[in-house]
Amino acid sequence: MIEKEATIENKLGMHLRAAAVFIETGNRFKCEIYLRKGDRQVNAKSIMGLMTLGAALGSTVTVITHGADEREALAALVDLIRNRFGEKE
Amino acid sequence: METVNKEYLGVPASPGICIGKAYLVGSREFQVKKTKLTEAQVEKEMARLQAAIDATRKEIQTIKQRVGQEVGFSEAEIFNAYLHILQDPLLIQAAMDQIRASRINAEYILQEIAKQLIGQFKDSPDEYLQERATDINDVVARLLRNLTGQPMDLLSEVEDDVIVVAKDLTPSQTATMRRERVIGFTTDIGGKTSHAAIMARSLELPAVVGLKNLTEVVQNGSTLIVDGTAGIVLINPNGQMLAKYRHAQQRMEQWSRKLKKLKGVTAVTKDGYRLTVAANIELPEDVRQARKYGAEGIGLFRTEFLFLNRRDLPGEDEQFEVYQMVARQSLPYTTIIRTLDLGGDKFLSRLGTTTEMNPFLGLRGIRLCLAHQDLFKVQLRAVLRASHFGKIKIMFPMVSCVEEMRQAKALLREAQKELGRRRVLYDRNMEVGLMIELPSAAMTADILARESNFFSIGTNDLIQYTLAADRINEKVAYLYNPLHPAILRLIRQVVQAGHNERIWVGMCGEMAADPQLTPLLVGLGLDEFSTGPAFVPQIKKGIREVNFAECRELAEKVMACTTSADIEALLKSLMKNEVLHDSIIPKT
Repeated sequence: MIEKEATIENKLGMHLRAAAVFIETGNRFKCEIYLRKGDRQVNAKSIMGLMTLGAALGSTVTVITHGADEREALAALVDLIRNRFGEKE
Repeated sequence: METVNKEYLGVPASPGICIGKAYLVGSREFQVKKTKLTEAQVEKEMARLQAAIDATRKEIQTIKQRVGQEVGFSEAEIFNAYLHILQDPLLIQAAMDQIRASRINAEYILQEIAKQLIGQFKDSPDEYLQERATDINDVVARLLRNLTGQPMDLLSEVEDDVIVVAKDLTPSQTATMRRERVIGFTTDIGGKTSHAAIMARSLELPAVVGLKNLTEVVQNGSTLIVDGTAGIVLINPNGQMLAKYRHAQQRMEQWSRKLKKLKGVTAVTKDGYRLTVAANIELPEDVRQARKYGAEGIGLFRTEFLFLNRRDLPGEDEQFEVYQMVARQSLPYTTIIRTLDLGGDKFLSRLGTTTEMNPFLGLRGIRLCLAHQDLFKVQLRAVLRASHFGKIKIMFPMVSCVEEMRQAKALLREAQKELGRRRVLYDRNMEVGLMIELPSAAMTADILARESNFFSIGTNDLIQYTLAADRINEKVAYLYNPLHPAILRLIRQVVQAGHNERIWVGMCGEMAADPQLTPLLVGLGLDEFSTGPAFVPQIKKGIREVNFAECRELAEKVMACTTSADIEALLKSLMKNEVLHDSIIPKT
């Protein structure tokens, strides 16, 4: 199991679209994926979990991956957050 | 027991009257029984849930496709989120696990889990998350329908003409509704900008929203009257009410035939005095209504909708697109854009503003914009840019003193310079006006007129602030009277102050839409009336039936009266104009 921190940089934070893109990216991998913020951790395949995490602009989250392709998954998901989920601002 | 002839008040969302049978949406969905399963039934139950999930996925994909084709790709995107909710382990995996562990039927477990999840969203302090509760509700309702084998998409299968009665209507429901059978809407929640309200207006169906608990008191098949103009719903009306509303409906139909003839006429008095009748709009698509009813331009384009029901603030480009579209569609007429008029009670968690003890006397209108200049300048630049593409005038709300007007104009000049540096084109001669809606502004109209290209009197706030009476408060609502001599004096003073400085004076409050007041307002010297689109023909007609000279005499007589009752009696005795809609003069 490995993990890495990332800062939410898109203006809208983890809103509907961002959460959907996060899940879709995660679905490309076989490993288990979780996202943690503060003392709450959610399954990163749950759109409702992701949204209620309260990951707004500027908050720090930790991506956690566990399984065969955990390295690739971690890199891809941290990149996605840093690239503002592909959003302009 | 059945409710009889009971009246419910909500928010008028789409004008018109309809009479028909209630069709409750979502009422049956949550009557779910709890059943204990045997060990042997558990696997079967999980397979049954899986089948319902698959069926629901297909349904949502079909709707997504249809909306994508009919409405647009971005509107269809919401259904992607629905598909994710349908796979969410917090819902599906949890339900599967609990069926196995507790050996209870799928419907019951699903509903219990959903209740909890929806509760979490509803309790969130974040407005955006609160609204997502509707999305989850919609997906779960579909799942439950598929599980219980109830017919899918009830709204697509209605046979008779019905009035849809719902807690709220979701995009997936209105997208699949059998439109030719639905004659009106009511919803328990929502305001003028909620999805159901916008949909009703674009379909031109009468609708009332924000009725709180109507779905709990209406039964399927009850007779309903929906008055979308007044915001009233009547359950099981008695013969007298039915007759009254049928009559009103007939008159409206006759009226709409007359309307067609009035559409192209100008608002000119018998003795040749020319006025302008424009429309107030709230949403960009309302321009269509304004044109249909023959409005000569937009006298008030409210911009609040851009800022509500969202998490972020609208950017310059987004606002520009909206303003230029409205302005272009209104050509050859003028569009008056009112800058943001929100109070501390609305959206300002995003600006870090705390709750106010008395929001009506707090940081609202121009005060808020001057306190958050970055936000204000984004809007000013967007309006300026749009001014290149149509005839735009700008006006500021809630101005209480000339300093505020000067400050707002200074910021407008800054915005012009910024655009100049970016080499962006804008109308250098765009007129700048203000709303007169505070007694302090009305009393100093002579001072403000020197800083302004026009005035528009906002009567709703002017009356409330002058008479210190809240119309919503039943105990003092009787004091809220547009015919109070104080109000009429203020109006006269504002018009005179404007005319002394050679600027025009309009009115965009509800008084302007009251046909009983038209002769008086003409006599007081008003140059422009701006009303809801549907009221435009009535006001035009009223103007065409009077003589300016007689109206001035009437105004003189009215100004000599000492009580609003005397004034009202005088106006009623002169009322020749055939009245389509109710007057706001209190009924005695």
